[in-house]
Amino acid sequence: MSDEDILQVTNICKSFGGVQALLNVSFNVQQGEVFGIIGPNGSGKTTLINCITGFIKMDSGKVFYKGKDISYKPPNQIANLGLTRTFQIMRPYYSLPAYKNLIVPLFSPRARRKGGWRGGGKLGDRGTVSIDILEEIGFERDSFVPYKLASSLPTGYLKRLELARCLALRPDLILCDEVFSGLSMSEIASMVPLIEKLQMDGITLVMIEHRLRELFRVASRVMVLNFGEKLTEGIPEKVMADEKVKEAYLGSEKLLDYTFEA
Amino acid sequence: MSTIERRRERLDRGIKVRTEGIYAVSSWEEVTYLVLPRLILIVGLLLLPVLIPSLYWKRVVSIAAIYALLALGFDFLAHFVGLVSLGGAFFIGVGGYTAALLNKSLGLPILLTIPMATLGGALICTLLLLPALPLRGVYFAIVTLMYPLALMRIIEALNIFGGTDGILGVAGFPNRWVEQYLILLIVIFALFGLRRLVNEDIGLVFRGVKDNDQAVRASGLSITLYKAIAVFIASGLGSLGGAYLSHIYMWSGISQFALDFSVIPIAATVIGGGGTLVGPLLGCFFLVPISEWLREFGTLRIVFYSLILMAFIMFRSEGVMVYAQRKYHQFQRWVKV
Repeated sequence: MSDEDILQVTNICKSFGGVQALLNVSFNVQQGEVFGIIGPNGSGKTTLINCITGFIKMDSGKVFYKGKDISYKPPNQIANLGLTRTFQIMRPYYSLPAYKNLIVPLFSPRARRKGGWRGGGKLGDRGTVSIDILEEIGFERDSFVPYKLASSLPTGYLKRLELARCLALRPDLILCDEVFSGLSMSEIASMVPLIEKLQMDGITLVMIEHRLRELFRVASRVMVLNFGEKLTEGIPEKVMADEKVKEAYLGSEKLLDYTFEA
Repeated sequence: MSTIERRRERLDRGIKVRTEGIYAVSSWEEVTYLVLPRLILIVGLLLLPVLIPSLYWKRVVSIAAIYALLALGFDFLAHFVGLVSLGGAFFIGVGGYTAALLNKSLGLPILLTIPMATLGGALICTLLLLPALPLRGVYFAIVTLMYPLALMRIIEALNIFGGTDGILGVAGFPNRWVEQYLILLIVIFALFGLRRLVNEDIGLVFRGVKDNDQAVRASGLSITLYKAIAVFIASGLGSLGGAYLSHIYMWSGISQFALDFSVIPIAATVIGGGGTLVGPLLGCFFLVPISEWLREFGTLRIVFYSLILMAFIMFRSEGVMVYAQRKYHQFQRWVKV
């Protein structure tokens, strides 16, 4: 493991009853890169994220984050180390306004350590900080949107709220579980610069995606999963040229050609 | 065929801007609009001991206030933390026995036993419920229901703490006025304290646990810790009620583990309106006197009691205070479709 590796995953195995969801999956993520994870439906991508962040106990394997062993730790401890995740099915607090949603992560030990008891340090209280974060992520500050109940927000804003929850923890690494899914083309188009900006801020990103074209715009390396096993890993063009990958996406060749048209 | 020509439109009153919790108050009218309901409640509660002449009904007010503490705890846990607790009897019993034991065996005065039983009882309840905290919904409810039943039988079987006779000769209050006003003030402070708490940052974490506990874990917060804190607060309120009960009756016994203490707060929450905190409180001040008044009918009182509850559940299932708050904060008008 080199010094630049922020995340090192070795031989994760996980089975649900008779189904082998993950089998000996290993990969490294370098500091500052955008790492993509792709694969057909049911290939174990979300399970992989759940195992890394501690939401599911893996059967065997090790996860090192910044050289520290974090395998089998509870999810809240892992999040406090700066390794955060978004959920594919958004999990906002529906009964709270959008900006109050962020007060929960701002109350975590990590955010408190960095922001003091009031949460914002010199910047004010947690409410002010959460409005700042929301503006950064694309909620218009002077509109009503940040003050609306999360239950009344459309999918695009909820996806942003998921990312905002991660940002509130001031993370070093975000595992994004399909942030583009369920969004319209124009919403995706406005999300991509956001991802690029996060990368420029020095945050490492691991992205699970089905929207390959958008993913390849930002990702420097991708890994392909199929039936819980790692098929290949490398730069996007090389990976998509791989015969095994084409086989896994059987019947999707046309889609893949389309991906490189742009 | 008739078509609908008009529909009812509900509008927030102008004073409410942006979101609940942010008010723009600019005139005496608006200040009155906000303060008046609170003032009526506080003054109304404080006038109760003066207005009620008979000693018997004065005692009922104190008992209703104890139930109100339980109902506040229940509503807080159920609607702001997502834990349905049937542990009212458990909290009352633990608090009651702790206060009685502190008073009888250590000879401590009331001034010390009540705070000590509140904190000690809350600690005991929280520690005993700790293994059940990962459970949710009806499973947590069952565990909280088992504890009072189990403790009652343990005390009976082992003949400890006075066995079935209970602990007699616990110190009483100096006079009725102290007894009544102290508990009413405690209830008022508990109500406004909890209402403030659920809108503080830590209260938002509690509400987050209710809405989506996995997201709270992903936010770097331990849900078990915050559930434990919430249970500590609710069981503290219950234990305080229990300690008070022991000192009012100058006795503590296994009937303090009676299921009434678990069930009436829930019924009061149904009637008063869950999630309002003030609703369950008023529900107790309505239900407990009614249940006393119905004593005249002997065993038939259960029938009347059930009828009242059924009527509320069928015709006003949202609860009185949810309805009243909506009427107060919004106005309706008919508009052409």
